[in-house]
Amino acid sequence: MAAVIFFYLFALLSIVGGLGTVLGRNPVHSVLWLILSFISAAGLFVLAGAEFVAMLLVIVYVGAVAVLFLFVVMMLDVDFSALRAETSRLLPVGLLIGLVILLQLGIAFGDWHAAPTAPELARAPVPDATLIQNTAAIGQILYDEYFLAFQMAGLVLLVAMIGAIVLTLRHRQDVKRQNVMLQMSRDPKKAMAVIDVKPGQGLG
Amino acid sequence: MILIESPFWATGAGLALLALLQSLLLVVLLLLSLAVLLYADRKIWAAVQMRKGPNVVGAFGLLQSFADFFKYALKEVVVPAGADKPVYFLAPMLSFTLALMLWVVIPFDEGWVLADINVAILYIFAISSFEVYGVIMGGWASNSKYPFLGSLRSAAQMISYEVSIGLILVGVIISTASLNLTHIVEAQRGAGLLSWYWLPHLPMVALFFISALAETNRAPFDLPEAESELVAGYQVEYSSTPFLLFMIGEYAAMVFMCALISVLFFGGWLSPVPFLPDGAWWMVLKIGLCFFMFSMVKAVVPRYRYDQLMRIGWKVFLPLSLAWVVIVAFLARYRVLDGFWARWPEAIPLVVN
Repeated sequence: MAAVIFFYLFALLSIVGGLGTVLGRNPVHSVLWLILSFISAAGLFVLAGAEFVAMLLVIVYVGAVAVLFLFVVMMLDVDFSALRAETSRLLPVGLLIGLVILLQLGIAFGDWHAAPTAPELARAPVPDATLIQNTAAIGQILYDEYFLAFQMAGLVLLVAMIGAIVLTLRHRQDVKRQNVMLQMSRDPKKAMAVIDVKPGQGLG
Repeated sequence: MILIESPFWATGAGLALLALLQSLLLVVLLLLSLAVLLYADRKIWAAVQMRKGPNVVGAFGLLQSFADFFKYALKEVVVPAGADKPVYFLAPMLSFTLALMLWVVIPFDEGWVLADINVAILYIFAISSFEVYGVIMGGWASNSKYPFLGSLRSAAQMISYEVSIGLILVGVIISTASLNLTHIVEAQRGAGLLSWYWLPHLPMVALFFISALAETNRAPFDLPEAESELVAGYQVEYSSTPFLLFMIGEYAAMVFMCALISVLFFGGWLSPVPFLPDGAWWMVLKIGLCFFMFSMVKAVVPRYRYDQLMRIGWKVFLPLSLAWVVIVAFLARYRVLDGFWARWPEAIPLVVN
């Protein structure tokens, strides 16, 4: 009973969040609505018994991705009213895409059947939920069974990251830089001297 | 007794009521202890600087925190003219609520935990990564320069140090083979003081402590509110109760970090010597000692420069903690020193292929 109430609560909140993201006038508000949507999705995952995925969703999307979004919309001076003016021009294309997705959904729910053995195949690697927590199960699958694929996916991401850094790295010559090792290895004896100044004489 | 043993507590409504009462108890105790710790913080700071500190309200100034509370609560709320009102008021509430939410998973004694969940460490990580928003929203919604700069600094700082905190936690998780905080404490049971995780994870204790200082925006890393340059950072435009919420949230997060350090590295409620019984008082004592360290650091260490802060975060702590994860994984896998780093339960549930 409680689960049903919470399901509808989170489902409603995620839809409200999505609508707020799209319809909000202020881009920062849009990102905040988006975060509400993420959090409700995490709540739905918890209700489905996938607490590991729920936590990862919050950590990755709320903790990292949405922070980046927020930084970008707060700092970049994007003229969103001009972007909105474009909307009417792109409306036919958007409607067309919406129609295509709607038709695809119609096909998927109307006339699409999985192979008779597919449910068996899909269920096979999932162990009994009473025997193993899903954190341990996911760890086992990622790090033992599909270890190589997982490592390769990581390498692909690493290459992409290094590529982005290499493309944007400019080493400017006209700025002063801090050399930390130099700063820390300075000797006070060489850097300063204590001079006893006699009254009335000055340093001369 | 009849009231306690009534079958009502096993029903859904009873369980919900019970959870509500337990949460209420935790919040009340937490806020009371925060009042005491705030007073202790100021007294310690004063003692280091050879001042008297608060000594007027109540005996030895003991009621100072409560007087401050009424002062904040009764003052007028001033909202900047250009502020984004909903977000402006949402921000302090968010940071206060999230700081309290973290406490749900902390075990004070065997079974003394509100939510004994299996992904406790991930939960802590999720909530603390969410905490950034209180600060960013507060700084942005104030519509003013200093708060905005402060909030950007704070966000960058919290995100940077979350990385090293996360990697240090991974080391502890590898040693325990569980994300549950109760299991982590139980894995440290043994020969008292010497079987706690501070010994096997010795270099990481210092790193975690420093990262916790940076994560909670505490001196010497209190750059988001550096009063000498940004006046008070993201809190400049806040007054009265919203400011109080920010401040309590900050202290609650700080004491939470103390509790986390006690649980992860200093054996939670376990007794340091075998002949004394375990109990929640050890946990309280450890949190208190850790908070004393936090106060002393604030009193004696000068503030860092912002680029230095970022440098140690990314160029020193991140590589060190990442290397430690690999080292611990090796030490645990090959059971070096008879499983000193691998306190795994006898049968780890494995996927049956």
